[in-house]
Amino acid sequence: MTALAAEGTPASNPLVNTAVFALFVAITLYVVYRASSRNSSTADYYAAGSAFTGRQNGIALSGDFLSAASFLGIAGAIAMHGYDGFLYSIGFLVAWLVDLLLIAELLRNTGRFTMGDVLSFRMKQRPVRAAAATSTLVISFFYMLAQMAGAGGLVALLLNVHSKLGQALVIGVVGLVMVLYVLVGGMKGTTWVQIIKATILLLCGALLTVFLFGKFGFSFSNLLSSAAENSPLGDKLLEPGGSYGKNGTTKLDFVSLALALVLGAAALPHVLMRFYTVPNSREARRSVVWATACMFLFYLCTLVIGFGAAALVGADEIKAAPGGENSAAPLLALHVGGTLLLGIIAAVAFATILAVVAGLTITASASFAHDVYANIFKHGKAEPADEVRVARLTAIVVGALAIVGGVLANGQNIAFLVALAFAVAASANLSTLLYSLFWKRFNTTGTLWGIYGGLIACLVLVLFSPVVSGAPDSIFKSIDFAWFPLKNPGLVSIPFSFLCGFVGTFVGRSKADADKHAEMEVRSLTGIGS
Amino acid sequence: MYDVARPAAGNPMEETGQLPALFTGDRPSGAQHRRPAPPTGPDYAGIQASPEFVSLRRRFRAFVFPMSFAFFAWYMTYVLLAAYAHDFMSRKVFGQVNVGIVLGIGQFASTALVTWLYLRYARRQVDPRVAELRARAGLPEGTRR
Repeated sequence: MTALAAEGTPASNPLVNTAVFALFVAITLYVVYRASSRNSSTADYYAAGSAFTGRQNGIALSGDFLSAASFLGIAGAIAMHGYDGFLYSIGFLVAWLVDLLLIAELLRNTGRFTMGDVLSFRMKQRPVRAAAATSTLVISFFYMLAQMAGAGGLVALLLNVHSKLGQALVIGVVGLVMVLYVLVGGMKGTTWVQIIKATILLLCGALLTVFLFGKFGFSFSNLLSSAAENSPLGDKLLEPGGSYGKNGTTKLDFVSLALALVLGAAALPHVLMRFYTVPNSREARRSVVWATACMFLFYLCTLVIGFGAAALVGADEIKAAPGGENSAAPLLALHVGGTLLLGIIAAVAFATILAVVAGLTITASASFAHDVYANIFKHGKAEPADEVRVARLTAIVVGALAIVGGVLANGQNIAFLVALAFAVAASANLSTLLYSLFWKRFNTTGTLWGIYGGLIACLVLVLFSPVVSGAPDSIFKSIDFAWFPLKNPGLVSIPFSFLCGFVGTFVGRSKADADKHAEMEVRSLTGIGS
Repeated sequence: MYDVARPAAGNPMEETGQLPALFTGDRPSGAQHRRPAPPTGPDYAGIQASPEFVSLRRRFRAFVFPMSFAFFAWYMTYVLLAAYAHDFMSRKVFGQVNVGIVLGIGQFASTALVTWLYLRYARRQVDPRVAELRARAGLPEGTRR
């Protein structure tokens, strides 16, 4: 087996990978084209006419959520650091409870297209929408940058493209296809891409897991012991602390990350926007349940895949492969099923990036066109056709930015971008959404303080953290202006934004609008008027 | 606590079946003076003040708030244990499976459990009340497009 590994690793067959991926793109483009018959109204473009069922939307939600970072990243983290990688998946899964219990149904009933709809419902429209759009755009941009930059590393691994120019070219192609999805298909097309991708990803994950389990006599304990045997960490692989257990600061960093994961995932704008694609709150509830079920299954699979990769591929080979940690799952596929399975897994990983970036693009474009253009510039009196035109233009601009950013960020330390997006979502969005939905006295000043306070706290803390300067793996290695010890700002910025929203509410002189509050409360719980 | 007048797991059809009886009755007297209903929309202030809505809101929050607190506390307990109680988490339970992995799978299980409990609660306690309020406002159950 080691012989096979040695010859197989570097020369995965790019032809097979490309063919499977091209097939995926062809099929999805066809579906998107078919789905795009009428796409001219704002409701069609942003929310797919609210015509998806809870199950369809739930699967699409899991597709949005299973970014390349969470598929390749978690499997790789488990293979290399063992237990600490597993903790990611727990955070991602438990996060859905926040959506289920506190957000999804109420959000669906209250808003129409964007997060700004809900936040500005009973507040002053223009400043609150501007703030909501700012946080949406910032989060989407960081998240997208991470996906696109990750694509560069994947390309190196899967297509054997090692020159920077070649990688840039592939990132460009990924960006173009993604913009095409969004322009042609709108939300409906994007949703179908997510559904197709999530289904393939889940099937592949499940098959790989069953196969691996078979190899270890269907005993989880056997799998664990052979993973521990083959890992340089030994038995430590199965214990917490593999990557975060070094000292007090890293432990605190871990708690901070865990907090950002569980609270941020529920407030990511591209996840929130998905709830508008179903007709009512009951379907929104069903969406969350389906998404939770998919995640549940998938993360159990990643646990097996990750430890399986540690057992069968081994840490040295994973580390040596281009793409490093991220290559654990593809390498395992190669060991287990040969080049064809590798091709399929690789193509799925690509498709994942493509679909997630498309989802982010439509969210960013909707937020700009609906919140900024229609409601701030045009005071809510924009022609729907104009609004959709602006949204499409924005999608092109966002796509171009994503390509340029992805090329520039290629090879950078990207994990912090995802963590940052989660931290901003948890700080700027979650606090204000919860206050807005459940606290009667909450007002415009509180909303603005909450959003901007959380957003600025996150950005400042990250800027002065070891991710940006002063550490061997930071962006600027040579200078050191870091004074904040944690890599993830969540532990400080999340409570800070709750505090800002609270204090701002009492500082602001504007009284909460009682009639609007009655409307929002009745509407959010019963759906009357939505 | 439990309303005997209502069928336990009432489905929408049963609820709308009660519709005529509902209209004979008791709009809250205070609510009507509070604010005249705008000509185009439902009387939100009136609905908000109605005992039915107050009961819906109470029941919704009575489940959602404690449950959110519970799962969050349980999750953070787990995270803190993983960060600071390595010895405890490394204790073997059976074979190579240690406390950490059991508790991690426990988080999966508790997530599934909370989801199931909420679905059951919403179906029994929330949905029938929403259907009743919607019927009063002259809206059909569920379909809203």
